[in-house]
Amino acid sequence: MKINDALKIGGRTFASRLMVGSGKYPSNEVMKNALEESGAEVVTVAVRRVDLKNPSDSFLGHIDLSRYTILPNTAACYTAEDAIRTARLAREALSTDLVKLEVIGDEKTLFPDNEELLKAAKVLVKEGFIVLPYVSDDPIMAKKLEDIGCAAVMPLAAPIGSGLGIRNPYNIRIILETVKIPVIVDAGVGTASDAAIAMELGCDGVLMNTAIAGAKDPVKMARAMRLAVEAGRLAFLSGRIPKKLYATASSPIEGMIE
Amino acid sequence: MKVSINGKKTDIENGATIEKLLVSLGIRPEGIAVEINKEIVPRAGHGRTIIKENDSIEIIRMAGGG
Repeated sequence: MKINDALKIGGRTFASRLMVGSGKYPSNEVMKNALEESGAEVVTVAVRRVDLKNPSDSFLGHIDLSRYTILPNTAACYTAEDAIRTARLAREALSTDLVKLEVIGDEKTLFPDNEELLKAAKVLVKEGFIVLPYVSDDPIMAKKLEDIGCAAVMPLAAPIGSGLGIRNPYNIRIILETVKIPVIVDAGVGTASDAAIAMELGCDGVLMNTAIAGAKDPVKMARAMRLAVEAGRLAFLSGRIPKKLYATASSPIEGMIE
Repeated sequence: MKVSINGKKTDIENGATIEKLLVSLGIRPEGIAVEINKEIVPRAGHGRTIIKENDSIEIIRMAGGG
Protein backbone atom coordinates (compact mmCIF):
# COMPACT_ATOMS: atom_id res chain seq x y z
CA MET A 1 0.00 0.00 0.00
CA LYS A 2 1.28 3.43 -0.88
CA ILE A 3 0.34 6.39 1.20
CA ASN A 4 1.42 9.93 0.68
CA ASP A 5 2.45 10.60 4.23
CA ALA A 6 5.94 12.04 4.32
CA LEU A 7 7.60 13.51 7.37
CA LYS A 8 8.88 17.04 6.79
CA ILE A 9 11.55 18.53 9.02
CA GLY A 10 13.53 21.68 8.31
CA GLY A 11 12.79 21.62 4.59
CA ARG A 12 13.69 17.94 4.24
CA THR A 13 11.23 15.18 3.47
CA PHE A 14 11.44 11.62 4.78
CA ALA A 15 9.32 8.62 3.84
CA SER A 16 10.29 6.77 7.02
CA ARG A 17 9.18 7.98 10.41
CA LEU A 18 11.75 5.89 12.25
CA MET A 19 15.09 7.49 13.07
CA VAL A 20 17.87 5.35 14.45
CA GLY A 21 21.08 5.77 16.38
CA SER A 22 24.40 4.24 15.44
CA GLY A 23 25.84 3.52 18.88
CA LYS A 24 26.41 0.32 20.84
CA TYR A 25 26.06 -2.21 18.02
CA PRO A 26 27.98 -5.47 18.49
CA SER A 27 29.77 -4.77 15.19
CA ASN A 28 29.70 -2.37 12.26
CA GLU A 29 28.39 -5.18 10.07
CA VAL A 30 25.40 -5.75 12.37
CA MET A 31 24.79 -2.00 12.43
CA LYS A 32 24.83 -1.82 8.65
CA ASN A 33 22.28 -4.62 8.36
CA ALA A 34 20.12 -3.19 11.14
CA LEU A 35 20.04 0.25 9.49
CA GLU A 36 18.99 -1.42 6.27
CA GLU A 37 16.20 -3.44 7.92
CA SER A 38 14.94 -0.44 9.89
CA GLY A 39 14.11 1.44 6.70
CA ALA A 40 15.26 4.59 8.51
CA GLU A 41 16.55 7.52 6.50
CA VAL A 42 17.93 9.50 9.42
CA VAL A 43 20.86 8.13 11.43
CA THR A 44 22.27 9.86 14.48
CA VAL A 45 25.98 10.01 15.28
CA ALA A 46 28.12 11.50 18.04
CA VAL A 47 31.03 13.94 17.81
CA ARG A 48 34.21 12.52 19.31
CA ARG A 49 37.97 13.04 19.24
CA VAL A 50 39.86 11.30 16.43
CA ASP A 51 41.69 8.33 17.89
CA LEU A 52 45.31 9.31 17.25
CA LYS A 53 46.38 5.68 17.60
CA ASN A 54 44.00 4.72 14.84
CA PRO A 55 43.84 7.86 12.69
CA SER A 56 42.51 6.30 9.51
CA ASP A 57 39.50 4.64 11.16
CA SER A 58 36.40 6.43 9.92
CA PHE A 59 33.13 5.39 11.54
CA LEU A 60 31.15 7.12 8.78
CA GLY A 61 32.88 4.84 6.31
CA HIS A 62 30.52 2.12 7.55
CA ILE A 63 27.39 4.13 6.70
CA ASP A 64 26.18 4.67 3.15
CA LEU A 65 26.08 8.47 3.07
CA SER A 66 24.18 8.50 -0.23
CA ARG A 67 21.26 6.75 1.52
CA TYR A 68 21.12 8.20 4.99
CA THR A 69 20.79 11.70 6.36
CA ILE A 70 23.31 12.02 9.17
CA LEU A 71 22.02 13.74 12.28
CA PRO A 72 24.88 14.64 14.64
CA ASN A 73 24.07 14.86 18.32
CA THR A 74 25.53 16.76 21.23
CA ALA A 75 25.35 13.77 23.57
CA ALA A 76 27.22 13.99 26.87
CA CYS A 77 27.23 17.80 26.84
CA TYR A 78 26.25 19.19 30.23
CA THR A 79 26.24 22.91 29.42
CA ALA A 80 24.83 25.09 26.65
CA GLU A 81 28.38 26.18 25.88
CA ASP A 82 29.61 22.62 25.29
CA ALA A 83 26.56 21.73 23.22
CA ILE A 84 26.96 24.80 21.01
CA ARG A 85 30.64 24.03 20.53
CA THR A 86 29.87 20.42 19.63
CA ALA A 87 27.14 21.43 17.17
CA ARG A 88 29.53 23.82 15.42
CA LEU A 89 32.18 21.10 15.16
CA ALA A 90 29.62 18.73 13.66
CA ARG A 91 28.60 21.34 11.11
CA GLU A 92 32.21 21.87 10.11
CA ALA A 93 32.92 18.14 9.86
CA LEU A 94 29.73 17.10 8.05
CA SER A 95 28.66 20.27 6.24
CA THR A 96 25.19 19.84 7.71
CA ASP A 97 22.94 22.30 9.51
CA LEU A 98 21.08 19.53 11.32
CA VAL A 99 21.68 18.95 14.99
CA LYS A 100 20.04 16.74 17.57
CA LEU A 101 20.55 19.04 20.51
CA GLU A 102 21.12 17.37 23.86
CA VAL A 103 22.10 19.14 27.04
CA ILE A 104 22.18 16.61 29.83
CA GLY A 105 21.39 17.60 33.39
CA ASP A 106 22.26 14.51 35.37
CA GLU A 107 24.45 11.48 34.80
CA LYS A 108 22.17 8.95 36.46
CA THR A 109 18.95 9.76 34.62
CA LEU A 110 20.42 11.52 31.57
CA PHE A 111 17.39 13.80 31.78
CA PRO A 112 17.74 17.02 29.83
CA ASP A 113 18.73 20.29 31.47
CA ASN A 114 15.90 22.24 29.88
CA GLU A 115 17.21 25.64 30.93
CA GLU A 116 20.59 25.09 29.25
CA LEU A 117 18.84 23.41 26.32
CA LEU A 118 16.75 26.50 25.59
CA LYS A 119 19.82 28.70 25.88
CA ALA A 120 21.77 26.55 23.40
CA ALA A 121 18.81 26.22 21.03
CA LYS A 122 18.41 30.01 20.82
CA VAL A 123 22.05 30.49 19.82
CA LEU A 124 22.07 27.64 17.30
CA VAL A 125 18.79 28.68 15.63
CA LYS A 126 20.24 32.18 15.20
CA GLU A 127 23.32 30.61 13.58
CA GLY A 128 21.12 28.87 11.02
CA PHE A 129 21.06 25.38 12.50
CA ILE A 130 18.06 23.11 12.08
CA VAL A 131 17.65 22.28 15.75
CA LEU A 132 15.98 19.09 16.95
CA PRO A 133 16.07 19.28 20.73
CA TYR A 134 15.89 16.28 23.05
CA VAL A 135 13.60 17.56 25.80
CA SER A 136 11.60 16.40 28.82
CA ASP A 137 8.00 15.40 28.11
CA ASP A 138 7.00 18.91 29.12
CA PRO A 139 4.50 20.78 26.95
CA ILE A 140 5.60 24.20 28.23
CA MET A 141 9.23 23.55 27.26
CA ALA A 142 8.12 22.12 23.92
CA LYS A 143 6.20 25.33 23.19
CA LYS A 144 9.16 27.51 24.17
CA LEU A 145 11.43 25.52 21.85
CA GLU A 146 8.92 25.91 19.03
CA ASP A 147 8.63 29.65 19.66
CA ILE A 148 12.37 30.22 19.35
CA GLY A 149 12.47 28.40 16.01
CA CYS A 150 13.30 24.73 16.57
CA ALA A 151 12.40 22.51 13.60
CA ALA A 152 10.94 19.73 15.78
CA VAL A 153 10.77 18.69 19.41
CA MET A 154 11.96 15.34 20.66
CA PRO A 155 10.41 14.56 24.03
CA LEU A 156 11.69 11.53 25.86
CA ALA A 157 9.45 8.53 26.42
CA ALA A 158 11.57 7.40 29.37
CA PRO A 159 15.24 7.73 30.38
CA ILE A 160 17.76 7.07 27.59
CA GLY A 161 18.49 3.37 27.24
CA SER A 162 15.93 2.41 29.92
CA GLY A 163 13.51 0.59 27.61
CA LEU A 164 10.63 1.62 29.87
CA GLY A 165 8.39 2.78 27.02
CA ILE A 166 6.07 5.80 27.03
CA ARG A 167 5.81 6.67 30.73
CA ASN A 168 3.47 9.60 30.24
CA PRO A 169 1.31 9.28 27.15
CA TYR A 170 -0.91 12.10 28.40
CA ASN A 171 1.95 14.60 28.37
CA ILE A 172 2.92 13.45 24.88
CA ARG A 173 -0.70 14.03 23.81
CA ILE A 174 -0.68 17.52 25.30
CA ILE A 175 2.62 18.27 23.54
CA LEU A 176 1.03 17.14 20.27
CA GLU A 177 -1.86 19.52 20.87
CA THR A 178 0.45 22.36 21.92
CA VAL A 179 2.99 22.57 19.11
CA LYS A 180 2.69 22.62 15.32
CA ILE A 181 6.23 21.42 14.60
CA PRO A 182 6.89 17.67 14.32
CA VAL A 183 7.01 15.73 17.59
CA ILE A 184 9.52 12.88 17.56
CA VAL A 185 9.60 10.62 20.61
CA ASP A 186 13.25 10.13 21.47
CA ALA A 187 14.65 7.76 24.08
CA GLY A 188 13.15 5.12 26.30
CA VAL A 189 11.58 2.83 23.73
CA GLY A 190 12.11 -0.83 24.66
CA THR A 191 10.20 -2.88 22.16
CA ALA A 192 7.97 -2.66 19.12
CA SER A 193 4.72 -1.93 20.98
CA ASP A 194 6.31 1.14 22.59
CA ALA A 195 7.07 2.56 19.15
CA ALA A 196 3.57 1.70 17.95
CA ILE A 197 2.02 3.46 20.95
CA ALA A 198 4.02 6.62 20.23
CA MET A 199 2.79 6.61 16.65
CA GLU A 200 -0.81 5.79 17.63
CA LEU A 201 -0.77 8.83 19.90
CA GLY A 202 -0.10 10.88 16.78
CA CYS A 203 3.63 11.47 17.09
CA ASP A 204 5.37 12.33 13.85
CA GLY A 205 8.21 9.90 14.40
CA VAL A 206 10.29 7.88 16.82
CA LEU A 207 14.04 7.97 17.38
CA MET A 208 15.75 5.04 19.06
CA ASN A 209 19.16 3.46 19.49
CA THR A 210 19.50 1.01 22.39
CA ALA A 211 16.19 -0.77 21.72
CA ILE A 212 17.63 -1.97 18.40
CA ALA A 213 21.38 -2.08 19.07
CA GLY A 214 20.98 -3.77 22.44
CA ALA A 215 18.47 -6.43 21.33
CA LYS A 216 19.73 -10.02 21.10
CA ASP A 217 19.14 -9.84 17.36
CA PRO A 218 19.44 -6.15 16.37
CA VAL A 219 18.67 -6.81 12.70
CA LYS A 220 15.36 -8.53 13.49
CA MET A 221 14.47 -5.88 16.05
CA ALA A 222 15.18 -3.18 13.46
CA ARG A 223 12.56 -4.78 11.22
CA ALA A 224 10.15 -5.07 14.13
CA MET A 225 10.56 -1.36 14.83
CA ARG A 226 10.05 -0.46 11.20
CA LEU A 227 6.79 -2.42 11.12
CA ALA A 228 5.67 -1.02 14.49
CA VAL A 229 6.22 2.57 13.41
CA GLU A 230 4.36 1.94 10.15
CA ALA A 231 1.54 0.08 11.91
CA GLY A 232 1.20 2.74 14.58
CA ARG A 233 1.14 5.52 12.01
CA LEU A 234 -1.49 3.76 9.90
CA ALA A 235 -3.62 3.09 12.98
CA PHE A 236 -3.40 6.76 13.93
CA LEU A 237 -4.38 7.90 10.43
CA SER A 238 -7.22 5.35 10.32
CA GLY A 239 -8.95 6.68 13.43
CA ARG A 240 -9.42 4.02 16.06
CA ILE A 241 -12.81 3.03 17.45
CA PRO A 242 -13.80 4.52 20.77
CA LYS A 243 -13.21 2.38 23.86
CA LYS A 244 -16.41 1.02 25.45
CA LEU A 245 -17.00 -0.92 28.62
CA TYR A 246 -19.50 -3.42 27.15
CA ALA A 247 -19.63 -5.60 24.08
CA THR A 248 -21.04 -4.67 20.68
CA ALA A 249 -21.75 -7.74 18.51
CA SER A 250 -19.77 -8.00 15.31
CA SER A 251 -22.19 -10.47 13.69
CA PRO A 252 -25.74 -9.48 12.73
CA ILE A 253 -28.60 -10.44 15.08
CA GLU A 254 -31.01 -10.83 12.13
CA GLY A 255 -31.23 -14.16 10.27
CA MET A 256 -30.42 -16.37 13.22
CA ILE A 257 -31.69 -19.94 12.92
CA GLU A 258 -34.60 -20.81 15.16
CA MET B 1 57.41 22.93 20.06
CA LYS B 2 54.90 21.60 22.54
CA VAL B 3 51.19 21.61 21.82
CA SER B 4 48.22 19.68 23.10
CA ILE B 5 46.39 17.46 20.58
CA ASN B 6 43.15 15.90 21.77
CA GLY B 7 44.22 16.41 25.34
CA LYS B 8 47.67 14.89 24.88
CA LYS B 9 50.89 16.91 25.13
CA THR B 10 52.80 16.39 21.89
CA ASP B 11 55.96 17.72 20.26
CA ILE B 12 55.46 18.98 16.71
CA GLU B 13 57.58 20.74 14.11
CA ASN B 14 57.88 24.53 14.56
CA GLY B 15 55.67 26.55 12.25
CA ALA B 16 53.57 23.61 11.08
CA THR B 17 50.20 24.33 9.49
CA ILE B 18 47.10 22.33 10.35
CA GLU B 19 47.30 20.70 6.95
CA LYS B 20 50.86 19.51 7.66
CA LEU B 21 49.91 18.32 11.13
CA LEU B 22 47.03 16.24 9.77
CA VAL B 23 49.32 14.65 7.20
CA SER B 24 51.93 13.84 9.86
CA LEU B 25 49.24 12.29 12.07
CA GLY B 26 47.84 10.26 9.16
CA ILE B 27 44.41 11.92 9.35
CA ARG B 28 42.55 12.56 6.12
CA PRO B 29 40.76 15.92 6.12
CA GLU B 30 37.35 14.54 5.06
CA GLY B 31 34.70 14.31 7.76
CA ILE B 32 36.79 15.93 10.47
CA ALA B 33 36.81 19.31 12.19
CA VAL B 34 39.70 21.09 13.84
CA GLU B 35 39.65 23.57 16.70
CA ILE B 36 42.55 25.61 17.98
CA ASN B 37 41.99 27.02 21.46
CA LYS B 38 38.24 26.32 21.13
CA GLU B 39 37.93 28.20 17.81
CA ILE B 40 37.06 26.16 14.73
CA VAL B 41 39.49 26.51 11.85
CA PRO B 42 37.41 25.94 8.69
CA ARG B 43 38.74 23.35 6.27
CA ALA B 44 39.64 26.03 3.70
CA GLY B 45 42.01 27.59 6.24
CA HIS B 46 43.95 24.45 7.17
CA GLY B 47 46.75 25.17 4.69
CA ARG B 48 47.45 28.68 5.92
CA THR B 49 46.83 28.36 9.65
CA ILE B 50 50.13 28.08 11.51
CA ILE B 51 50.11 26.33 14.87
CA LYS B 52 51.77 28.16 17.77
CA GLU B 53 53.52 26.89 20.88
CA ASN B 54 51.11 25.72 23.61
CA ASP B 55 48.10 25.73 21.29
CA SER B 56 45.37 23.38 22.34
CA ILE B 57 44.18 21.48 19.28
CA GLU B 58 41.09 19.32 19.03
CA ILE B 59 40.52 17.07 16.02
CA ILE B 60 37.11 15.42 15.91
CA ARG B 61 35.12 13.15 13.66
CA MET B 62 31.87 11.22 13.95
CA ALA B 63 31.44 8.15 16.14
CA GLY B 64 28.51 5.85 16.79
CA GLY B 65 25.83 7.47 18.92
CA GLY B 66 22.12 7.79 19.62
